[in-house]
Amino acid sequence: MRLDERYINAVMIAGLLALPLYALAVDEPFTITLVTRAVILALAAVGLNIILGIGGMVSFGHAAFFGLGGYAMGILAYHAQTYTALDLGFISFEGTKSMPLIWLVAMVVSAIAALFIGVLSLRTSGVYFIMITLAFGQMFYYFAISWAQYGGEDGLSIYIRNDFPGLNTLEPIQFFGICFVILCAVLLLKARLQASPFGLALNAARQSAARVQTVGMSPMRLRLLAFVLSGAITGLAGALYADLNRFVSPAMFSWQLSGELIVLIIIGGVGRLMGPVIGACIFVALEHFLGGLTEFWHIYLGLILLGIVLFGRGGLLGYLTGKEGAHV
Amino acid sequence: MSEPVLATQNLVKSFGALKATDDVSIDLRLGEIHAVIGPNGAGKSTLISQISGGLRPDAGRVFLDGRDVSHLGTEARARAGLGRTFQISALCMEDSVLENAVLGAMGAEGAAWRFWRAALKTGALVERAEEALERVGLADERETRCANLSHGQRRQLEVAVALTLAPKAFVMDEPMAGLGAGGSKRLTGFLDGLREQAPILLVEHDMDAVFALADRISVLVYGKVIATGTTDEIRASREVREAYLGEDA
Ligand SMILES: Nc1ncnc2c1ncn2[C@@H]1O[C@H](COP(=O)(O)OP(=O)(O)OP(=O)(O)O)[C@@H](O)[C@H]1O
Ligand SMILES: [Mg+2]
Repeated sequence: MRLDERYINAVMIAGLLALPLYALAVDEPFTITLVTRAVILALAAVGLNIILGIGGMVSFGHAAFFGLGGYAMGILAYHAQTYTALDLGFISFEGTKSMPLIWLVAMVVSAIAALFIGVLSLRTSGVYFIMITLAFGQMFYYFAISWAQYGGEDGLSIYIRNDFPGLNTLEPIQFFGICFVILCAVLLLKARLQASPFGLALNAARQSAARVQTVGMSPMRLRLLAFVLSGAITGLAGALYADLNRFVSPAMFSWQLSGELIVLIIIGGVGRLMGPVIGACIFVALEHFLGGLTEFWHIYLGLILLGIVLFGRGGLLGYLTGKEGAHV
Repeated sequence: MSEPVLATQNLVKSFGALKATDDVSIDLRLGEIHAVIGPNGAGKSTLISQISGGLRPDAGRVFLDGRDVSHLGTEARARAGLGRTFQISALCMEDSVLENAVLGAMGAEGAAWRFWRAALKTGALVERAEEALERVGLADERETRCANLSHGQRRQLEVAVALTLAPKAFVMDEPMAGLGAGGSKRLTGFLDGLREQAPILLVEHDMDAVFALADRISVLVYGKVIATGTTDEIRASREVREAYLGEDA
């Protein structure tokens, strides 16, 4: 099979929009929620794919940013709904229920954490990088579990979904719309970034760090900026995910989630624009259809992964377009 | 005589008990090609790495354009005007020839921190890259993936990327390696003209090329410079003949 990748991308986006609209027409709100979940996971994975796909950095700790985004939302909304003060030392305020503000905080907090983790972990590569990012992810996980003020192991529930000016976010289709627009915007950003001089240099640093240095650029700085951007996007996805569930718990920090993000990128196609989107759709579909039948649906996910790794490293997109050209 | 463009001062580098660089002081002057020759394992690549910043010397200093760059890393030395090529091609194999050259142009123009406009649609970068490709004779291969280039073409691309940097000095580690007679000859002709643009410190095994091109030659044996002089002086030197040229000259 040899299909134009742009054609597949367009079909994907159209399908992602059509399915919830159809569900709206036939009044199946749960389907809308399901697609929204896929869109948010895709967003998180697009964030990860900036470093994984372009930069070749296998972060096994991206749940750290997903969870930070989730907790940024949880904590801000918790204070707003309980009218308690959130005291940060230099300022004290009663949280917020405004999505744009929450997103901003989620992204800034994730970016700062990514800067910190990046500086410490980017000196390593290969398996060491995987292990050290995993360790940071676990650090956040255990911290969240022990953070009794915000629910500890039980997590935090938010009574009603946060607000977006001019929209009724309680309507599943409207919240879906928000997430969909954000995903599209981030996909556009990723596409531009990948073709930009920065993307070219980051991609070159993956292939030959010595080459990049020899032309006067620092692979370390390129990777660090990519890592920060990546963390911020995954953090934003985390805030949306928590808002979708109206719930945030330490599970958002779990290493399983980090692993799932990597797996769904590999399934869709590493380094490809829509790889994470296809991967997320398959992931959510499997989880929904097989998860109802068996607790061990992850096995089927594993089999798909195995097939893809064995029979072509370009993921599904690589298969459909006849261009494998993948790299991990 | 003007100040040298590039100079090393008493460089020393040991790997364990092995002295790979032993008190090496050489310089490169405006308009010249200074060849460094020596048997396999003499320490030529090790010397190049210390000049370009990839390897820290145990002692000694490196000057570029009169400025002490010893404390600078590879990136900073490249920005300061050092154009280096590798003995074993270090290119981005998945990228096209043009992308490899554009990367060099980006380095030269400090354009790595641009995030929106496509690199291959940025006129200034592409023009600079294409000019360099044209000069080494790779213009027709601009769309070819680097992995699909022949060995000789990769060597040409190495040189082209260095050209995009418009450096103050070139440092080339065996650019002719594996080129074959025809390719060697063509590159010799090209380097001959290049010295006008910037002087070249040339590590090379191909003696025909060295004697055709070099204004001066330094002979490196066991990490030590045993002689520096014009081609005629080196050819005539007994010490050099005994130590190295023996069978060649
Ligand atoms: N990183 C290293 N660690 C230990 N020994 C090294 C290292 N790099 C080089 N050497 C040794 O230093 C000596 C000089 O090596 P170098 O590569 O500089 O030689 P060369 O003159 O470039 O040889 P060639 O003509 O084969 O390219 C060799 O004996 C080599 O084995
Ligand atoms: Mg060598």
